[in-house]
Amino acid sequence: MSALAGIRALTRLGARRDRIMLPAWIYVIAIVMIGTGDSFKGLYKTVASRESIAADIGRSASNLALGGPLYGDSIGALTVYKIGAGGALSAALMSIFIVIRHTRADEETGRLDLIGSTAVGRQASLAVGVILAAVANCVLALLIFAGLAAVGLPAGGSAALGLAIGASGLVFAAVAAAAAQLSATARGARGIAIALMVAAYLVMSGGAAARGGGASWLLWASPVGWVTQVRAYTGDRWLVLLLMVAATAVVLAVAAVLAATRDLGAGLVPERPGPPRAARWLGSPLALAWRVQRAGLVGWVVGGLFYGAVFGSIASSIGSLLGSGTGLKNAITRLGGQSSVTDAYLAATMTIMGLVAAAYAVSAVLRLRSDETAERAEPLLATGSGRLSWAASQLILAAGGAALVLAAVGLGSGLSYGARVHDVGGQLPRLLGAALAQLPAVLVITAIAVALFGLLPRSCVAAGWTVLGLAAVIALFGPTLQIAQAVQDISPFTDSPKLPGGTVSAEPLVLLAVVAVALALAGLAGLRRRDIG
Amino acid sequence: MTEAIAVSGLRKNYGKTVALDGLDLRVTQGEVHGFLGPNGAGKTTTIRILLGLLRADGGTAQLLGGDPWRDATALHRRLAYVPGDVTLWPTLTGGEIIDLLGRLRGGLNAERRASLIERFDLDPTKKARSYSKGNRQKVAVISALASDVELLLLDEPTSGLDPLMEAAFRTCIEEERRGGRTVLLSSHILSEVEALCERVTIIRAGRVVESGSLADLRHLTRTSISAELATVPAGLAQLPGVYDLDVQDFTGNGRQSDGTRARVRCQVDSDKLDDLLRMLVAAGVRSLESQPPTLEELFLQHYAPTPSTDTDQPRVPAAGSTA
Repeated sequence: MSALAGIRALTRLGARRDRIMLPAWIYVIAIVMIGTGDSFKGLYKTVASRESIAADIGRSASNLALGGPLYGDSIGALTVYKIGAGGALSAALMSIFIVIRHTRADEETGRLDLIGSTAVGRQASLAVGVILAAVANCVLALLIFAGLAAVGLPAGGSAALGLAIGASGLVFAAVAAAAAQLSATARGARGIAIALMVAAYLVMSGGAAARGGGASWLLWASPVGWVTQVRAYTGDRWLVLLLMVAATAVVLAVAAVLAATRDLGAGLVPERPGPPRAARWLGSPLALAWRVQRAGLVGWVVGGLFYGAVFGSIASSIGSLLGSGTGLKNAITRLGGQSSVTDAYLAATMTIMGLVAAAYAVSAVLRLRSDETAERAEPLLATGSGRLSWAASQLILAAGGAALVLAAVGLGSGLSYGARVHDVGGQLPRLLGAALAQLPAVLVITAIAVALFGLLPRSCVAAGWTVLGLAAVIALFGPTLQIAQAVQDISPFTDSPKLPGGTVSAEPLVLLAVVAVALALAGLAGLRRRDIG
Repeated sequence: MTEAIAVSGLRKNYGKTVALDGLDLRVTQGEVHGFLGPNGAGKTTTIRILLGLLRADGGTAQLLGGDPWRDATALHRRLAYVPGDVTLWPTLTGGEIIDLLGRLRGGLNAERRASLIERFDLDPTKKARSYSKGNRQKVAVISALASDVELLLLDEPTSGLDPLMEAAFRTCIEEERRGGRTVLLSSHILSEVEALCERVTIIRAGRVVESGSLADLRHLTRTSISAELATVPAGLAQLPGVYDLDVQDFTGNGRQSDGTRARVRCQVDSDKLDDLLRMLVAAGVRSLESQPPTLEELFLQHYAPTPSTDTDQPRVPAAGSTA
């Protein structure tokens, strides 16, 4: 039996499983990229405005570290700077999720045992994951090319950028394929692949920040750097694409060798044994919730610090970045509700990070439901810990975790923005306060999830995320699209103070807190009365 | 207080589906009680109501003298539960979970914990996600048995265990019984129930169809009879409680050497055994074989869906009602 037998049927199965998720990924990435190119055409109409913005970007090493090197002042070059690296990372993330989903995740759940017992080759599922990722990246490349060319950017450069993004997706599909052989769990494999992706981005950042100096060779040491070295719109170096395809082939060959030599279900990185006894403190539902979720929470907090630092750093140069792009400037001031564009940018960022913290909190609350449906809650509830303490523990973790994430955002942005304007002592408490001012609104969203879990358990997962999605749409697009105030008012983020820079009054914050407490109590009361399971 | 579990007329509906339809269950303190029934009969629903996870729609339930819904947490400190399908926290080790569940019940006997881990041959340092179904089951069983509780609620606890571990489990339950612990054992494995339980309750479609000691239940079922007779008996077919009657008449074939004229095979309800034997004796018994019913037959009799023409009356449910 060939190692790839059954690949046709498996590919069809995989395509069917991904028929919604994959087009959604491709669509979002392509739309963001094409939209950016299109908006830049409107924003920077004159040569002078492009020259000045390019000069501003080039002056700051941290700007270059974020977006990658800037090789000119054409619309195309600015577009590549703005979303080239981001697009490459998005395509990489998409590929990692696809490949792991069809390989290690299926293996971990045991679905592959069933498939492996049929007339299917040993390498078939690995090949299916890679094929699906390859198809997705080809479609993505094609869409980016067609879209950017359609909005009026040079066709050659658009093709080079589309292919570079697609190729970076391919490289990381191969990386994920290898990672899936190393770790015995899907989570671990995703972790390895994403860590490598982040490392590639950081290496690229180092190379870009060198501004042509000694460390510029780092751009050649990273797949994300290769995307910048294709130099779309500024030379179109097609050979770099061949380098990326070759790298894909080499990494895939390694993955195939690893896959051929290991057992089904086994990883090459052995699972470490854990403690044979529980730690002394592990004796309550709250301790259990912490023990199970602490690693994830640490990730969210580190992410908050990182993004806070990034946004703080961008904020210091936002004025000059937007110097002549009044359209975007107006959009930001409307979103942030401030006259000072820097404060407006930071306030808008805080709203977005509030939504991110709310996403953490909602996912933490909805864990209750997944524990319930997976019947993990059952053995717990059959002990001396009642359902209220079970739910309250998770609620504490959700609310406390969200507060920690916001504090990390405030800390990161306060330190980085403060360092840039030489005022850490003043900016750190200011931005920390601005971040934490989002907490009452976050708690309302959290409490809505609790109420849904207690009162409408069957639909609480879909409804919980929908509520967050609505709040996000209203918060992000309400002010710019000038949605009716009555609609805007239903989002708790509308009532949050616009900090830094805005005025704070206690009344809306107290109101939000009261609403949050009432909703949470309603949810807990519902949970007390209803059936579990 | 002698009844650990006293359930009567319990009802539970899921929408239009009737899960429990007036179920009765009595478990005396200190006994190992078998809880039997086909898939979907309502065993797990009953146990979940007893755990206060579900609220009954009707009837009464008492657990260790308390109300399973109202006094849930207080009662849970006095019992341990092993679900039929054990789902654990994937990132915790088996040892951590055993300790955690034990502590949440109010304490664990460290010595018993160690000896049980050895007996069930469990590696407590492995993360739960790498355990097989049987090993997950072991984690729940060890944690339950190592807890100092009065009552064990076990929902098909051996469904994933290998025969060796099943034997270890039986030994443990045997010890629990001698130690005076009350056990409600829901199971499909008849030999296990036959070996461990003094009394059983069989349910189907949310109602009790049999309840009593194993000896009582056997009495309620049919015995297989095979007899060789000196004369051909008359009127056997008219006797109530006799089934699958097969009479072979040898009269026409000439007299056999030992004087056997006929062979009779039939099934008879145990309470009609007297009447049948009287008739056989009257015909002159040359040889007689009788086979008591196995639990297996008892099961098949109750598990198989009854034809609608048959009276679907539950048989005498109470223990000690047999003559």
